Amino acid sequence: MRIRCPYCGERSNDEFYVLGDADALTARPSGENAEAFHEYVYQRTNLAGLHRELWYHSNGCRRWLVVTRDTRTHEISDVTYASKRGEGEAA
Amino acid sequence: MSSAGRLPTGGRIDRARPIKFSFDGRSMSGFAGDTLASALIANGVSLVGRSFKYHRPRGILSAGSEEPNALVEMRAGARREPNTRATSVELFDGLQAQSQNRWPSLGFDILALNGLVGGFLSAGFYYKTFMWPAAFWEKVYEPLIRRAAGLGRSAGAEDPDHYEKSHAHCDVLVIGGGPAGLMAALTAARSGARVILADEDFLPGGRLNAERQEIDGAAGSIWAATVAAELSSMPNVRLMRRTTVFGVYDGSTYAALERVNDHVAVPPPFQPRQRMWRIYARRSILAAGALERPLVFANNDRPGVMLAGAVRSYINRFAVTPGQRLAVFTCCDDGWQAAIDAAAAGISIEAVIDSRAEASPALGGELGKRDVRIFRGAEVIRAVGSRGLQAIEVRDASGRISSILCDALAMSGGWSPITHLTSHLGGRPVWNESLPAFVPGTLPSGMSVVGAANGAMALARSLAGGRDAGASAARDFGRSASDAPLPKADDEPATVRALWHVSGGRGPAFVDFQNDVTAKDVGLASREGYRSVELLKRYTTLGMATDQGKTSNVNGLAILASELAQPIATVGTTLNRPPFTPVSIGALAGHHRGKDFRATRLSPLHEWAKTHGAVFIESGAWLRASWFPRPGEKDWLESASREVRAVRSAVGLTDVSTLGKIDIQGPDAGTLLDRVYCNTFSTLAVGKARYGVMLREDGFVMDDGTTSRLATDHFVMTTTTANAVGIMRHLEFCHQGLWPGLDVQMTSISEQWAQMAIAGPKSRETLARIVDRQHDISDAAFPYLTAREITILGGTRARLFRISYSGELAYELAVPAGVGNAVAAAIMEAGTDLGIQPYGLEAMGIMRIEKGHVAGSEINGQTTARDLGLGKMMSKKKDYIGRVLAERPALAAPDRWGLVGLKPVDWTTRIRAGAHLIPIGAATTTANDLGYVTSVAFSPSLERWIGLGLISGGASKHGTRVRLVDLLRGSDIEAEVCDPVFYDPKGERLHG
Ligand SMILES: [Zn+2]
Repeated sequence: MRIRCPYCGERSNDEFYVLGDADALTARPSGENAEAFHEYVYQRTNLAGLHRELWYHSNGCRRWLVVTRDTRTHEISDVTYASKRGEGEAA
Repeated sequence: MSSAGRLPTGGRIDRARPIKFSFDGRSMSGFAGDTLASALIANGVSLVGRSFKYHRPRGILSAGSEEPNALVEMRAGARREPNTRATSVELFDGLQAQSQNRWPSLGFDILALNGLVGGFLSAGFYYKTFMWPAAFWEKVYEPLIRRAAGLGRSAGAEDPDHYEKSHAHCDVLVIGGGPAGLMAALTAARSGARVILADEDFLPGGRLNAERQEIDGAAGSIWAATVAAELSSMPNVRLMRRTTVFGVYDGSTYAALERVNDHVAVPPPFQPRQRMWRIYARRSILAAGALERPLVFANNDRPGVMLAGAVRSYINRFAVTPGQRLAVFTCCDDGWQAAIDAAAAGISIEAVIDSRAEASPALGGELGKRDVRIFRGAEVIRAVGSRGLQAIEVRDASGRISSILCDALAMSGGWSPITHLTSHLGGRPVWNESLPAFVPGTLPSGMSVVGAANGAMALARSLAGGRDAGASAARDFGRSASDAPLPKADDEPATVRALWHVSGGRGPAFVDFQNDVTAKDVGLASREGYRSVELLKRYTTLGMATDQGKTSNVNGLAILASELAQPIATVGTTLNRPPFTPVSIGALAGHHRGKDFRATRLSPLHEWAKTHGAVFIESGAWLRASWFPRPGEKDWLESASREVRAVRSAVGLTDVSTLGKIDIQGPDAGTLLDRVYCNTFSTLAVGKARYGVMLREDGFVMDDGTTSRLATDHFVMTTTTANAVGIMRHLEFCHQGLWPGLDVQMTSISEQWAQMAIAGPKSRETLARIVDRQHDISDAAFPYLTAREITILGGTRARLFRISYSGELAYELAVPAGVGNAVAAAIMEAGTDLGIQPYGLEAMGIMRIEKGHVAGSEINGQTTARDLGLGKMMSKKKDYIGRVLAERPALAAPDRWGLVGLKPVDWTTRIRAGAHLIPIGAATTTANDLGYVTSVAFSPSLERWIGLGLISGGASKHGTRVRLVDLLRGSDIEAEVCDPVFYDPKGERLHG
């Protein structure tokens, strides 16, 4: 599989580390609600179709990327920086 | 020279270059340009091997990589290689080949009796025959099956050759160097596109070398050679001969095996035997050609029965003939060409049998004039002969059976496109009734298919298809393809009427030659309920093993379809997976074998440790100094104990460079650290160090280490050696994924700094001798947990941390990696009169157990900070990763396994890590399991064995006794549960 890193260009997936569901993993709850954290840590949808997932370009620019991949065909339709998601938000 | 089968003229062989080789120990001779198979035919060899199950005599069926029969053991000794197809082995001087799967000899095989005992090995025989009793499997059945049904023997020794891996990028990858592939590559290449043409043969041209059609008025083989020469001369083209593209992967990635030196006895120095290619191609053009189908009739496996296209290859390309008296059996126009070519080569044609009553009278051409017997609407029902073909029985259109003497039979059941690579990403071939054959269905992205692989079986159509695909690929890259006219060629007649099975002959009619699967087996499997093609394959073994059914799949499923009275399109086909042809494990491993399986990391202090005689141990990818033996010491324990005493009484130096080191800078660095550590770092004063514990979001401990603040916006973190990479990735995730608004940057500096611990009561005195005078390291000026940038040895920059893992007065000193060895040597010299000694991983481990510090055995992914006695570090004043889920009731339960110390009641008794903790007097059962021993050491300071462990109830069990039960090593030792800090429990020594 090849991933087009927005910083480095198209690279072999050997250079990357994959973590999982980008939207779930970056939606860390705030506060004390253990149920919300349980959802955050353990609950994932196993979908057949377009999946936004986190890939880390460990042997490249070290940017975390959100890769939109069709789980049925492995076709990648979009790659963006994970940090773009929160840009402009308060820390 | 014996050349029973060599024709006097012709062929694409070099008669000026004779080649000596041997088969089963017999010396033989061939020519450059031969394959092993063609050379064997030239030497009159028709019996090449014995079949898998029935040990039937087998010859050569094909002239390509689809060969199911002629498998040989190649070479000898450590280079011995089993199951190699004689039909794709390029002949070389000194080649040694042995027939396989025969015992005691090829000519006389005792196990050929298998063939006489009827249904014993029929469909599903594994499941039916060897059912009972179970104990017989290992002792009787399996050895019997292995002896009876085996393939070749592996070398049993380390492969002396090298294998390489390479990557290549191109605009267009053309797979196959026949007419369609050459035309496609030429068109794309002339447009300027970067082209790779991969062809599995050593001679480009494909069927052009095997047939006699003309292109532009000359032999097709000459056109192929001309095009190959032009492609070779172009800078934008890589023409890869002897290269099989064997797999298609996501992202237009193709795997190919280049047999760089399979055609010589021993690879030249510094050259690999084979090279694995990973090819990234924006477009690919599949021009893999087609495979001819055998005809299924009784005894169709007799040596001398050969595919018609193979007969033409041997005659036209290699100038050898498989026999002197040839008959042809066909259900398609193409089969006739074998008779025409053979007749042109002077071979006697005994008969042409076409199963089609309507076969065109024009097909025979000149044959009629030669008095060749021609049968239309007839079938060969049986081959006669055992080790070689002697005659065939023909049933003519009227049903009359006659016998025709011949020593070779060319058969053609029509051609099946090689669609394998189109299926590797899941595309299913679709049935085309008019061919009749499966043609490519859904294609991998970027691939197009041309020529016979796409069902275009005739030459002119293949050339046109190749040109169009090449031009279309060029246009995709914005290039214009030249409008050079298409080479002039004709389409040969190519009509077919399927003939899947000829019944009525006495003897097994083989569908799958390699696995000895007959038409009867397919019928039986279907009647027993194995009606899907996938089940048929597993039940009968049809289409398994090295050829993966290249010559058998279509016949097999067509027979299944007829048994089920269903159309072939409904029955479908099994999906091909990589590899297209077998790939050796050596090629897949490349250089990654033995010591080179993975990189070995050496610490920047490696040379220093080596100088002092360190014994190294592999720890992850690292080589770490384990202990430093001295003359007279009998084992590691004695050396490590001496090192511990040196540190506790004087001073020692050890290498801690393998710890992960991360530099974190920016105004929000403290905030980030507060969120990733359970304790607080934003309040840490500049110039101070602090021990920190990180949790995972699920509440368990992830890692620990010391982090120091060098400036308000500058921290240096250390991680454990094992987690160095993972923590760096985690911090980047926290920053980029969770809190991208934080103004912070980080980088790994693990490789940039050499780090050493100088520990012991005389460590300050030692260090003072190398620290530059302007830096005061007295206890008052540089107290415990101070961290500062200093200079040493007259200006060398360094970072000094007053932290202690050993529990003694101690420092860690970091210096640029390049000067690490020199600085360590200088410290050793400075401390000589103070008794300084190097110490290793073992001594460090002993001291940390004496101090009750946790390490990887305790931070095992299942322990919480509370379990490890670190609960007080969990801040109540801030949010951090793991905070909420660490408070789950189960993670705070009082009976959780917590960290304790363990002392055997008899101090001389050695205890072992891994032993389970069982209450005194209770049965040794899982229900009574209280926990286990995580780490043990012989403490030279306490002069006794001590251990750390996890026990249900943790600290509340201090003072109680338990049994340490090790069922694996058979020990059962009584021990007292105690505080994990065995040595200097008040921690006074590190403040010295
Ligand atoms: Zn990158």
